[in-house]
Parts: sequence; structure tokens; C-alpha cells
Amino acid sequence: MDFFLELFLSGLTRGSIYALIALGYTMVYGIIQLINFAHGEIYMIGAFVALIVAGVLTIYGFSGVSILVIAALVAVIYAAAYGYTLEKIAYRPLRNAPRLSPLISAIGASLFLQNYVLLAQTPDFLPFPMLIPEFAFMEPVAHIMGSIELVILITSALTMIGLTLLIKYTRIGKAMRATQQDMTMARLVGVNVDRVISMTFIIGSVLAAIGGVLVASYIGQINFYIGFMAGVKAFTAAVLGGIGNIPGAALGGLVLGLSESFAAGYISSAYEDVFAFGVLVLILILRPSGLLGKAAKQKV
Amino acid sequence: MRKLKMFLVASLALALATPAMADTIKVGVAGPHTGDLAPYGIPTKDAVVMLADQVNAAGGVLGKQIEVMALDDQCKPEIATNVATKLVSDGVDIVIGHVCSGATKAALGIYNEAKVIAISPSATNPPLTQSGDYPNFYRTIAPDDDQGKLAADFTTDKLGAKKIAILHDKGDYGKGFADFSKMFIEKGGKAEVVLFEGITPGAMDYSAVVQKIRREKADAVIFGGYHPEASKLVAQMKRKRVKVPFIGPDGVKGDGFLEIAGKNAEGVYATGPMDVSKYAENQKAKADYIAKFGKEPGTFFDQGYAAMQAALNAIEVAGGTDYAAVEKALKSSPVATAVGKIKFDAKGDAEGVGFSVFQVQNGTFVELP
Repeated sequence: MDFFLELFLSGLTRGSIYALIALGYTMVYGIIQLINFAHGEIYMIGAFVALIVAGVLTIYGFSGVSILVIAALVAVIYAAAYGYTLEKIAYRPLRNAPRLSPLISAIGASLFLQNYVLLAQTPDFLPFPMLIPEFAFMEPVAHIMGSIELVILITSALTMIGLTLLIKYTRIGKAMRATQQDMTMARLVGVNVDRVISMTFIIGSVLAAIGGVLVASYIGQINFYIGFMAGVKAFTAAVLGGIGNIPGAALGGLVLGLSESFAAGYISSAYEDVFAFGVLVLILILRPSGLLGKAAKQKV
Repeated sequence: MRKLKMFLVASLALALATPAMADTIKVGVAGPHTGDLAPYGIPTKDAVVMLADQVNAAGGVLGKQIEVMALDDQCKPEIATNVATKLVSDGVDIVIGHVCSGATKAALGIYNEAKVIAISPSATNPPLTQSGDYPNFYRTIAPDDDQGKLAADFTTDKLGAKKIAILHDKGDYGKGFADFSKMFIEKGGKAEVVLFEGITPGAMDYSAVVQKIRREKADAVIFGGYHPEASKLVAQMKRKRVKVPFIGPDGVKGDGFLEIAGKNAEGVYATGPMDVSKYAENQKAKADYIAKFGKEPGTFFDQGYAAMQAALNAIEVAGGTDYAAVEKALKSSPVATAVGKIKFDAKGDAEGVGFSVFQVQNGTFVELP
């Protein structure tokens, strides 16, 4: 039973990170039908910025939790700036181009950012400080669930609740929903569509950066390439849940994380990726538009 | 007519060569001296030439001068057989080489038929010695499976582990090490392998596999792979309160691991090449090389130098280049070389070279006795 619980919790932790990143993919896709392949790199940049800030703060003698909060804030701001700029430079000029063009541009942006970090920082793995302290009250259950897992679960849950409230109850949320339903119509009724799209990228990047900081302090190491695999997994989660659908991305992330964890635990960790992508194939066969996706209507 | 001419030329050449053979000891040195892999072959050639020059200047071996015959095999088996044929027909007494395992294997049959001993500085493929097919083959480097054997012996004998979990990163290097460790643990019969599993490099976490280590109640973990995964594993084991020794190969033994694993690295074991720089012969060889070439020697220099030292010593002890006598000398008389004091075992592997176990103590890898 312990073993099952352990696998369940580590799957949940993993899944909530996938979900955080997947939200960025799905929000962007929902609005402009673009798969933002550079999203994983935003996550990676978030982790790098946090590392640099944490390093500087450590020199100035800040303590654990304050470093975490400040580093995460700076990382979020930086990532948001990157997401905003990325959209301005790489996607906005191609808004009315054939759909393949922004996709190529996205892949280019991803390679650019990866290589930029590779050259500007280092090709090696860098140690990431353990910013999240070990809570004493977690000690009796530490072998099942550590303090870091707890922090990850709570943070991602809060972030997702926040996002839901933002979309449901704020002006910009309403504008986003309107743009998602029909961009032309939204523009006609006075929604500033460009601003909404920028805002979508900013929110997605913020979520990715939070995920990046959490993961980096969870596994303790980062390099320029971590965004790639995380991006692929999160994209998978988004597709699994039904791309364009926000609760779907969260659900897809959790399903993916749990199936990986159980596959690693009960079958073999050598096959965790095989199993994860096997689940994706299976679900897409049974429900081609994903778990919560609506069947695509053919627009004439 | 042309054939007759060639025969005449050949016999003339042979006639000329024969008296010379009595005066010199012919040492062949074969390996990649051009092409991509040249950096692995040239240091050995330089070592052999350098040592031959020094010995010649001091009067030679048994009063004879050493003649070095350096031939390029580019690490290609088909060229290696040509090189071997050429060396044999030129009357080589002993060969230092070849360098790559594939080329070495191709050449060894020819040397074996001609009763020529070959000492390789770098061919690590285990069957070259272990199969028994090439009794004329020796090497001054440890075979590939040596690390796995050392890790297995260390874990069962020194750490006294009874239930061992073996993980690997699914790559050639990591899985090779894990396979050999498993084989030697099972052969030894002192412990059982309770978990043998590949992990996915770059995965977000390894908690599932760490939980399995706990569930199987393993009392030691052997990991085949490189330092980023090893760092993640030791960190997660610590976090999940799995307190068992962790043993890695030389892909873990490095500054990268110390830096990334930080304080989690403390107490971790890793096998790695023995530190040979403490030997006087090694220091001398290096100093001579730097004096002559003005740069640090390259890959396999120590092993190449040691192979030449072992060869010359064996010829001296044997009192000549007779195959049986040299063979006996190689296997029975220890010699101080650039890789330590060595002699060869019955199969042709050098005893006293290879890997040691290191442990992280106070933030550095310390060689365990």
C-alpha cells in the first residue's frame, strides 16, 4: 500500500508540473491555433534566471525562503518578458501567414533560445540550490512524500485555481474567452485582440517559469536542454487533455504524470516514456480530440 | 620473367636483411598514426621511439640496438592485417600495438601464426585475452569488464552487501558496466541482484525507482551511467530516506558530480582509473616527453610507454627474443613501468593496472586502499 501511495504522490507531483507547462501550450493554441514550441525554453529560462538570482542573493546573505520567493518573482518577470517579446518578434508578423509559417518560426525560436543559453551560460549541468527547506513536520512521512513535493503540489494547485478565477471573473479573462471563440467578432465588438494575445503569452510564460523554478529546486540541476523534454511532455499532456481546453491541460498533465509513475513503478522505469506515449496513442484512438476536447467543427 | 625478377629482388633484400637482424632488436609499433583516431596512436609511437632512443644511447638491450618499425593501421582491421603481414615479413621481434580493439583482433591471428608477441596499450575488448585464442597477446590496460568486476567485488566483499540493486542509463557505457557488475555478482554467488533496471536520462524524477530500491530492501546500489543522473539519484535517495551505499563507474568520478550533487555526494563510491602519477617511472616518462616535445603527452602514452618497458625488460630477462623465453619473462618477472609495477597473468592481462575504488570524503574523491 505504501508503495502504491508513493507512486501515486510522485506521479501527482510530476503531473502537476506537466500541467503547469501544458497550460501555456493549450492557452496559446486555444486563441491563435499555434503550437508554441518555444514554450519549453521559457520554462528553462525561468529556471536559469532563478539560479542566477539565487546565486546573487546567497552572496548577499539572504536566507532560504526569501531567496526562493525573490528568485521565483524575478524568474516570473523575466519569463513573462521573454514570452511577450517572443510573440512580438516571432509570431505577430506571421499572424496572417499560412499556418505552417508560425510553426516553423516557433521551432526556430526554440532552437534560438536553447543555443543562446548554451552560448551565454554553459553546456554543462549546473547545480541548482535546494531552496525549499525540509519541514520538520514532514519528517515522519518523508520517505513517502517530501517537503518539496508538498510545496510543488500546493503551489501548482494554487496557481491553477488563480488562473481559473482570472479567466472566469476578470475583464481580461472575459476578453480571452471571447477571442478564443471568435477573433474577428471579438475585434468587432471592441476587444483589443493584440493585447489579449500578448497577455496570453505572458500568463503562459509565468506558469512555465513557476514550473521551471519548482522543478529545478526539485531535481537540483539544470542545463540549456531541460526545456526540450519538459516541453514535449507538457505538449503531450495538452494534447491528451484536448488542446485548447484549459481544464483538459491540467487533467492531461495529471494523467500523464500518474501513468509514467505507475509504469516506472510496476513495469520498469526503462519503459516509462514508452508507456506515457502509449497512453497518448490509446486515448487519441478512442477520443481523437483528447479527454476534454470538443470535436472540431469544420468551419466553412 | 617479372616474377623471377621480383623473387630475386626479394631474396636479395632478405639476404641483406638477415645479417642486420642479428644486430638489432626489431620492435614494431602499429596503430593509427594518421586520420581521425591518430590522437590515440601517436602518443604510443612517440613513447616507443623516445624510449628506444634512450636505450640505444645507453648501449641498447643485450648489447643490441633497437630498431623501431612504426606502421600506420588507421584503426582499420583490413589495414591492420597488411601492417601485421609487413611487420612479420620484415622479421619483427615484438610488436607494441595495435591500438583499437578491432584492428588488434584482425592482426593478432597473423602474429600468432608467426609466433610474434604483441603488447597493446589500449585494446580493452575483454575476449582478446579471455577467449584464449591469442596466447601471444598482452596488454597494459585493464579490459572493459574490469570496472564491473571491481565494483561487484567491492560491493560484496568490502561493503558486505547481500541484496544489490543495479541501475543503468540504457546507454552502451552505462549498461555495459551494469551488465558486467551483474555478471560478476552472480558469478561470485555472495549476493543477489534484487533489481536490475534502466532509467531514462533526463527524466524529471527517479522517485519510482528509488521506491523500488526500498521495496526490494537493497543494501547497495550500483549505477552505470554518467554524473547528471547519478547526482539526481543520490539526491532523491537521500530525500526519500533510502540510506544505502551508492557505487558508480568512472563516468561518475569527476568534478562534475561533486559540483552538482553537492553535499549529497558525500560517501558515494566510484571506480576510476588508478592514479599512476605517483610512480617515479611515470613522472620520468612524462618529464622526458615534455622536454622532447614541449607539451603534455596524449592518450595511452602511459600504457604505451609501459608496454615498451615491459617488452624490453622481458627480452633482457629472456636473454634474447625467443618466443617461449620472452613469454615466460612477461608472465614471471615484474617490472616497474609508467603504470606501476606490473607483470602479466596467464591470459595476458597486466596484474596491478586498472581501476581503484574512490570515495567522496569531505568533498573530494579519495582513493581507497
